[in-house]
Amino acid sequence: MLRLIAGRARSLVARRATPALTTSSARTASNGHEVTEAVDMSRPMYWDRLDTPLPDKLYKDKLSAADKSLKEKEKGPWSQLTNEEKIALYRLSFRQTYAEMHQPSSEWKTVVGGIFFSVGFTALLVWWQRVYVYPPRPRTFSDEWQAKQLQRMLDMRINPIEGFSSKWDYEKGQWK
Amino acid sequence: MSLPKPLMRGLLGKRLRFHLPIAFGLSLVAAIAFKYGVTEPRKRAYAEFYKQYDAVKEFNAMKEAGVFESVRPSGE
Repeated sequence: MLRLIAGRARSLVARRATPALTTSSARTASNGHEVTEAVDMSRPMYWDRLDTPLPDKLYKDKLSAADKSLKEKEKGPWSQLTNEEKIALYRLSFRQTYAEMHQPSSEWKTVVGGIFFSVGFTALLVWWQRVYVYPPRPRTFSDEWQAKQLQRMLDMRINPIEGFSSKWDYEKGQWK
Repeated sequence: MSLPKPLMRGLLGKRLRFHLPIAFGLSLVAAIAFKYGVTEPRKRAYAEFYKQYDAVKEFNAMKEAGVFESVRPSGE
């Protein structure tokens, strides 16, 4: 049960922003143990989104010496880069490939399960309401009142051409 | 890795040239269907009804049934 609610809460969070690999965290110093860094949302962030091919900044902020030399090599003709170097450059700029982003997840099962659960719970609430809150039924709902109502409609010749009274045979006193 | 250059221009025009005639045609069909499926039968039904309509007879029947407030059934 708790896992279901937690799962539902998790599915409400659409796409999580990935904090850049290296952001300074001022909290670890004061607390003395590793705390999750707060993402500074006032600065450009990195997103893995299908509709944003080029996020606001590159994935890797702090480049090692090897990365920097690779970036220098990137400034030259690209035909001189090997395939592994091209992939390494890609992974510097991006966290996931489009193929990885398209990987299906089981999130929909949680969502659908949550929907059914909510609908069922609402049904219970509505049932309770029907028993304890609703006032007594109006007298116009009873069968004799409805019969008298229909008879009055026929007497008034409601919609005699194509509608209600056109279906009634007035000579024989029965439905056509 | 040399793919042909994709179509860059005229995309909306191409779509419109394809879809607009279809849209117009379907709307025309819908209008004609409605005219001959709904309005013509309805006009005929009304004409037939009023050919044999005796207003006074209907009024007296309704009066006897007691639906009017200004004139009560002959019994009362």
